[in-house]
Amino acid sequence: MKGRGKAAPVKQTRFAARDALDEATAAMLARPARAALTVLGTLLGVAAFVAVLGLTATASGQISKRFTALAATEITVEDAPEDRATADFAFPSDTEQRLTALNGVRAAGMFWRPTIPTSEGSESGVLVSARPPSIAAGQGEPLTVTAVSPGYLEAVHARAGAGRLFDSFHQRTGQRVCLLGRAAASRLGITRLDGQPAVFVGPTPLTVIGIIDEVDRQSATLLSVLVPSVTATNLWGLPGGLQGEAPKVLVETRLGAAPLIGRQAALAIRPDQPERFKVTVPPDPKQLKEQVDTDLGTLFLALAGICLVIGAVGIANTTLVAVLERTGEIGLRRSLGARGRHIAAQFLTESAALGLLGGLVGTSLGVAAVVGVAISKDWTPILEPLAVLPAPAVGALTGLLAGLYPAWRASRIEPIEALRR
Amino acid sequence: MSARAPVIEFAGVGRTYPGPPPVPALRPADLVIRRGEYVTVVGPSGSGKSTFLNVAGLLDRPSEGVYRLDGIDTATLNERDRTALRGRRIGFVFQSFHLLPHRSSMENVMLSLLYTGAKRKERRARALETLERVGLGHRAHAPAGRLSGGERQRVAIARALVNRPSLLLCDEPTGNLDTTTARTVLALIDELHADGFTVLVVTHDPGVASRGERAVVIRDGVLRETDPASLTAEAVQAVQDAQAVQVAQAVQVAQTVHEEQTVHQAQSRCVR
Ligand SMILES: Nc1ncnc2c1ncn2[C@@H]1O[C@H](COP(=O)(O)OP(=O)(O)OP(=O)(O)O)[C@@H](O)[C@H]1O
Ligand SMILES: [Mg+2]
Repeated sequence: MKGRGKAAPVKQTRFAARDALDEATAAMLARPARAALTVLGTLLGVAAFVAVLGLTATASGQISKRFTALAATEITVEDAPEDRATADFAFPSDTEQRLTALNGVRAAGMFWRPTIPTSEGSESGVLVSARPPSIAAGQGEPLTVTAVSPGYLEAVHARAGAGRLFDSFHQRTGQRVCLLGRAAASRLGITRLDGQPAVFVGPTPLTVIGIIDEVDRQSATLLSVLVPSVTATNLWGLPGGLQGEAPKVLVETRLGAAPLIGRQAALAIRPDQPERFKVTVPPDPKQLKEQVDTDLGTLFLALAGICLVIGAVGIANTTLVAVLERTGEIGLRRSLGARGRHIAAQFLTESAALGLLGGLVGTSLGVAAVVGVAISKDWTPILEPLAVLPAPAVGALTGLLAGLYPAWRASRIEPIEALRR
Repeated sequence: MSARAPVIEFAGVGRTYPGPPPVPALRPADLVIRRGEYVTVVGPSGSGKSTFLNVAGLLDRPSEGVYRLDGIDTATLNERDRTALRGRRIGFVFQSFHLLPHRSSMENVMLSLLYTGAKRKERRARALETLERVGLGHRAHAPAGRLSGGERQRVAIARALVNRPSLLLCDEPTGNLDTTTARTVLALIDELHADGFTVLVVTHDPGVASRGERAVVIRDGVLRETDPASLTAEAVQAVQDAQAVQVAQAVQVAQTVHEEQTVHQAQSRCVR
């Protein structure tokens, strides 16, 4: 027997990777229609994968974009004491300053709906009118009256269309003034302020110093009559007890600061009893995205997986048929010096190449679908490199796995048997 | 002639297919084929030609005896080295060509160099050169599937040659060709022999076998060396036999026709 140390009597044969690729390409080109049909399953699977991942990313990107602008920077702090009946007024008068002192707070302001006593015990709360009740008793619009501190106007990005917004002077001195939201103003028939019009909240006259044209959040503001909180307190008392809504603070933070401020706000307002507040912070954009992902995403990903399995079965089947059809070729290659493993490598390369082809075309289709949908909806298409780049490889891997059995069969074919055909 | 190195050395090489019942397709035989020789192996169907060829071509292992190829005892080789030896030292020419129909002549020839580790450029150059050698340089880029039978076999011969093997092993190289085409292919094989190639042709046709320098007759698995010229006589005899049969048949046909005509004439006379 040949000793281990001795050199082999002949130089081994080999099968370079590049040659394997060439052979695979040639075999696919020999039957292009068959290759195309074989690839279909994998193609659909990969396309579905890319489309699903791309569309969920695009959709949630869309959500978080809208969200980042406003909602992600908005915190509300609501007074929710254990016992509302006996609790004192939650917010100290310097609440705004306490909050704006926190790093990351842009603006903060209190707001609540004062409980306004109605003379005749009318049904739906107080009526607001542009004419004095002495002239037109019982007439007016059932508008919301909101007591707000000036910081609130900043926090909602209120922009005055006419006149001006109130400020700390009106607030401090309890001026009897108010602002009208654009919708509220048109309901009351007030369009110009040069005549210094007044509105009557119940019997109380308030000078309209400005009309708010636009806000970026709390759009209900546009339908309200806004009264400085000190004025409101002077007129109607502090909110509290069991009546009406609990007072709140609206905080606008800098982008990304919301979670932190959310944790600090209660303590900043009332270090003595921070636990009485209910702080609402915006949901984490990531969390939101995950929600979107889990809903439809899982279903479609499952479908994509099924497509891939079908694709794999298709490739396995075609490759197996090819092995049987090409027995003569296998025998020939064995006679030319191909080893069993070279034959296996050839068929594996072929099935992997088919898978890769499906993967590439599928990825393109998936990307096209995402871009198409995004354009039609006027969204920004978002394709994560982590989802797109490995997609062709997923196809190739599918092909490789599908080729394992046929390749093994091919490597076992005896050259004599193969050449007998 | 005896000074030349042996390519094939059979020392008591036999092949018995395990039964039941065991078939001794190749009886233990001694045979030496030296470099540059042109040997033919001839025998009727079932005599063991393919068995012999498979053993000689390292596609099958003998069940007894020692087979040396280029001085290497093939029994000591593992499968990997046998495959390498087969790929590098033996050029096969098959009756059914075994070309890849969708690939060009050139690619078919290059296939032979695919597993040898030759550089791609070198493969192309050598394939083209060899195609030119067999007179098909102008068909290098034609798909093998579009070639005529004779052209196909010449491409197959080029594929077998391109590796410069120690042994050219031809299994019924003209079995699928008509007489004229067969003649050109045989002439090519003669030329290759003249160029110094060692050629072993296995055939059932004594006419083909008679072209060798040496001839081996195989019958019921037994190898027996013979004078190629005697095969020519055998071939002539075979042709004469075939002709005799044809003449006899022709005579019979002619007689039948004549009889029918006579009957017909008789009938037509009766009608009048
Ligand atoms: N794998 C096998 N198992 C058993 N017997 C076999 C096997 N292969 C061939 N034989 C037998 O061995 C004998 C020789 O067969 P072989 O194929 O070598 O003949 P041949 O000369 O090539 O015939 P032909 O000209 O018809 O191809 C035959 O009797 C055949 O039936
Ligand atoms: Mg045979």
